[in-house]
Amino acid sequence: MINKFLGFKPDEKLLPHKTVTADTEIDLSSHKYQKIWLGPNHPGVTGNMAVELTVQGNTIMRAKTHVGYLHRGFEKLIERRLFVQGFPTSIRMCVAEPDTNEYFIARATEELSGYADAVPDYANWLRMLSLEMARLQGLLRGVPGQGGTFALGIGVQWGVYLRDLILDRFEELTGARVYHMYIIAGGVRGNLPAGFKARMEDNLRDIDDFIIKIKKLMFDNSVFKTRAKGLAVITPDMVDKFGIVGTNARCCGVKRDVRKDNPYLFYEKLDFDPPTATDGDVYSRTWIRWQELIQTVDLIRQIMAKMPEKGDIRCQMPNVLNWKIPKGETYVRLESGRGEMGMYYVTDGSDKPRRINLRGPSYNHAISVLEHMLIGVDVADVHAIMVSLQTCPPEIER
Amino acid sequence: MSFNLKDILTPFTAWANVVKDPVTIKDPFTREAAPRYRGFHANDVQVCIGCGSCEAICENQAIDLVPIEGVEGIETKDGDSGLRPSVDYGRCCWCALCVDICTTDSLRLTNAYTWVDTDADNFIFTPGVDKKEWDDKQEGWRKPQDGYEFYGKERVHMEEMHSPERIDPKDSFVEFIKGYSKEQAQQEADRCVSCGICTATCPAHMGIPEYIKAIRNDDMEEGMRVLYETNPLPEICGRICTHKCEDVCSVGFKDGSDALSIRWLKRYIADQIPADTNQYKDMLGTGDIAKNDKKIAFIGSGPASLSAAYYLALLGYNCTIFEKLPEAGGMMRYGIPSYRLPYDQINKDVDYIVSLGVEMKYNVNIGTDITLEQLNTDFDAVYAGTGLHLGRSTRIPGSEHANVYQSVDLLRDIVTGAEVPVEKKVVVIGGGNVAMDITRSMARLQMEKYGEVNVIATSLEDEEHMPADREEVVEAREENCEINPGYGPQEVVLKDGKVVGLKVWKCLSIFDETGAFNPKYDESDERIFEGDMVIESIGQGMDLSYLSEEIKTKIEFGPRGRIVVNEDWQAKGLPWLFIGGDIIEGPDVIHGIANGHRGAMAIDQFLNQGR
Repeated sequence: MINKFLGFKPDEKLLPHKTVTADTEIDLSSHKYQKIWLGPNHPGVTGNMAVELTVQGNTIMRAKTHVGYLHRGFEKLIERRLFVQGFPTSIRMCVAEPDTNEYFIARATEELSGYADAVPDYANWLRMLSLEMARLQGLLRGVPGQGGTFALGIGVQWGVYLRDLILDRFEELTGARVYHMYIIAGGVRGNLPAGFKARMEDNLRDIDDFIIKIKKLMFDNSVFKTRAKGLAVITPDMVDKFGIVGTNARCCGVKRDVRKDNPYLFYEKLDFDPPTATDGDVYSRTWIRWQELIQTVDLIRQIMAKMPEKGDIRCQMPNVLNWKIPKGETYVRLESGRGEMGMYYVTDGSDKPRRINLRGPSYNHAISVLEHMLIGVDVADVHAIMVSLQTCPPEIER
Repeated sequence: MSFNLKDILTPFTAWANVVKDPVTIKDPFTREAAPRYRGFHANDVQVCIGCGSCEAICENQAIDLVPIEGVEGIETKDGDSGLRPSVDYGRCCWCALCVDICTTDSLRLTNAYTWVDTDADNFIFTPGVDKKEWDDKQEGWRKPQDGYEFYGKERVHMEEMHSPERIDPKDSFVEFIKGYSKEQAQQEADRCVSCGICTATCPAHMGIPEYIKAIRNDDMEEGMRVLYETNPLPEICGRICTHKCEDVCSVGFKDGSDALSIRWLKRYIADQIPADTNQYKDMLGTGDIAKNDKKIAFIGSGPASLSAAYYLALLGYNCTIFEKLPEAGGMMRYGIPSYRLPYDQINKDVDYIVSLGVEMKYNVNIGTDITLEQLNTDFDAVYAGTGLHLGRSTRIPGSEHANVYQSVDLLRDIVTGAEVPVEKKVVVIGGGNVAMDITRSMARLQMEKYGEVNVIATSLEDEEHMPADREEVVEAREENCEINPGYGPQEVVLKDGKVVGLKVWKCLSIFDETGAFNPKYDESDERIFEGDMVIESIGQGMDLSYLSEEIKTKIEFGPRGRIVVNEDWQAKGLPWLFIGGDIIEGPDVIHGIANGHRGAMAIDQFLNQGR
């Protein structure tokens, strides 16, 4: 519009390719292209991960994900620890939503040692509560965070404050704010403190207000719409090809949710329907997450209403120091805020796991999908796309 | 792209926040953490026993047990390793598994969470020993309740025969503790936290966590190898050991927690191996021992002599045991009733020791049949483990009557098959294990003879302080014996020359202020326990009649007539005479086994001095 007003007519031949594809030839010796490194530290990710970009002007011609900045060999560390010692390490594999990994370790060891049905109901409700609280605090950061990638910082501040309130609830339930270490083989490590539900309800009411405010701030915002709509579109045919899961799959109409497809804990007793969209772009992904925020608040209310008032928090298991699990293997999965996560767990009859392998959604989303999507987009949109794909590097480098 | 005016204006609603109060917390930062918060460690070091379970479970190896010896204001106690956990905050991840497994509930995390220091080394500290400002803070993480346990609290129930079945006259001396099944033993073994405080406490320092681990791994041969490293009488010890280990077991430290059933687990291992000496030799690798030319004589075949002879036989020595009685075992056979320790189990342990070339000479009385001086001439060293076989008398009026007996004499007569006088009403004086043995043996004999039990046992000590094992007292009562503790015997009541009862006064205290034995009585609380015979069981003395007058002048005697020995268990003045068993330590089997083992090492050293 400005160009039109100024009467500026650029020479199309001098501009970068308008329709860049993965097949577009790049001759680096032509001096038309430049390589820049985005990261390893930048706002697009939780943790450290670099993207090597080959650009022509502002347009990205090629993108390559580089990981290895936080590799501590989590899986191997857990394989060298007793079964009970695994969960404090496992949570490091996802800083943003650590509870999911606690659940995997607990559930896998319970299944393989034959205690899966012995876990008290009360403990399973508390597990579900902590998993939904983890989803909620992730969304409180993630939804306004998407605005933040377009320089809309105020929403992030609201979200982080409310997230801290949820962390307060985590603190009184689990004893810690970020690394909760709450779900343990056999049950959980604490009952619901007195007055917890009332305090949680107060927080949820604040979040209800926030949901309305953030809609006005982000989704009724011409800048956000202009930048997010049509950006980095995921099409239904990509979903199976790339192994896309969770909100990233639901944004283009492919309804995938482990809580519905393969219910675990007491999700069957809860009334909910995972939201979907059709456009598949950054805007619809964020929009789905905003709807999921509403849904998660509702789920926490449902859980608090339906869970028993009291009960055992853990079943009697073998002595944790002498615990051996017979030879076996299992795959445990759940729906995290970023989509399906799973853990493959192998035991060989000894007191330590033979092999564990975490299947985190970021592995596909932040490597193959991201590299594919960045081609042809503007450098300024890279952060937005990474956040919209919910990139979490520790999950890749486990 | 078209712009909607609403989409341009709506975001400005965010300006409403300008007039709202800020939600941030301002300096000074005084926010209190949640009551369950996992902050810094605090340890009640007076309660802590240094079992090291925290160290074992710490996934970051942040906990190290350090000695507290010499730290002012902290005293170690029985069953205390003398160590306390120190935490390295460069490694700790505050998972609090250390708190959850703490066997004493002494360790906790407070909700303190800020600590600023300029010296990084300060972040390695021993909670409770290095005083911190949060030590008195009561809020923070403690082990969750509501059935949250990292190891089983309750002991696996041991099957046993119940009264009246176990005093059935048809077979009243049958062993009534049935032993664990494999599942039960493994379940019980699973409760162990492998702290090793039992090993430190056991007089023989048996590798208890190791053989319990062998049970978990279902490797009985490994279990036997561990047992025989320190104890060559596992079948016997697995039944009648005084289990000092169980008294200090960290798993049983808390109220409501049972100590591990260490004794029964030991018995379980030994019971799994059939009584086949060849199998024993294969298993323990003792089939081919090169003999040397040194000869050692043993006086008495009790646990100390058997233990010393076993370890010396393994080293190739020629061992000969002289036993006054017709069979081996000493007090284990002639003092402990067979319902607690069946004879075939004694034979099983003894047969294996004999199979290693240990020669047994029965019915030989040292001092009369052969002199000690002769033994010195014929052998390179002599080991005396002669035990406490003489009964002690109360010396109260009437105690010299023919119907007043000594428990050791009666117990021996029961085994040898000599005629044992059994009256309709029996009174036993004594509250120890031997008193319970004779009480319960008499009950069985009464059942055989009269079809009913009428035994009263009384002791100076009250119910709480009776020296007998608790289960002995409980089981005696189950067998219809009357246990009346807390009375002091004053007189055996005679009528027409016959014993009719025992006059007792209520005992108020046993020792005076100086700690000397000086019982005080309430004379107004007098009772007569009716009985046709009285059995005294107030302790035993040693019979040193095998020592000639000449030898007696060469050696020294300490308090209570005990022979003075040096640290190598040699009698002071006679280097070739080694002493062991109840006459220097104990009295119980495990002390005998332990000092027999140490005596064997001392003899080996003594005989190899020239080499």
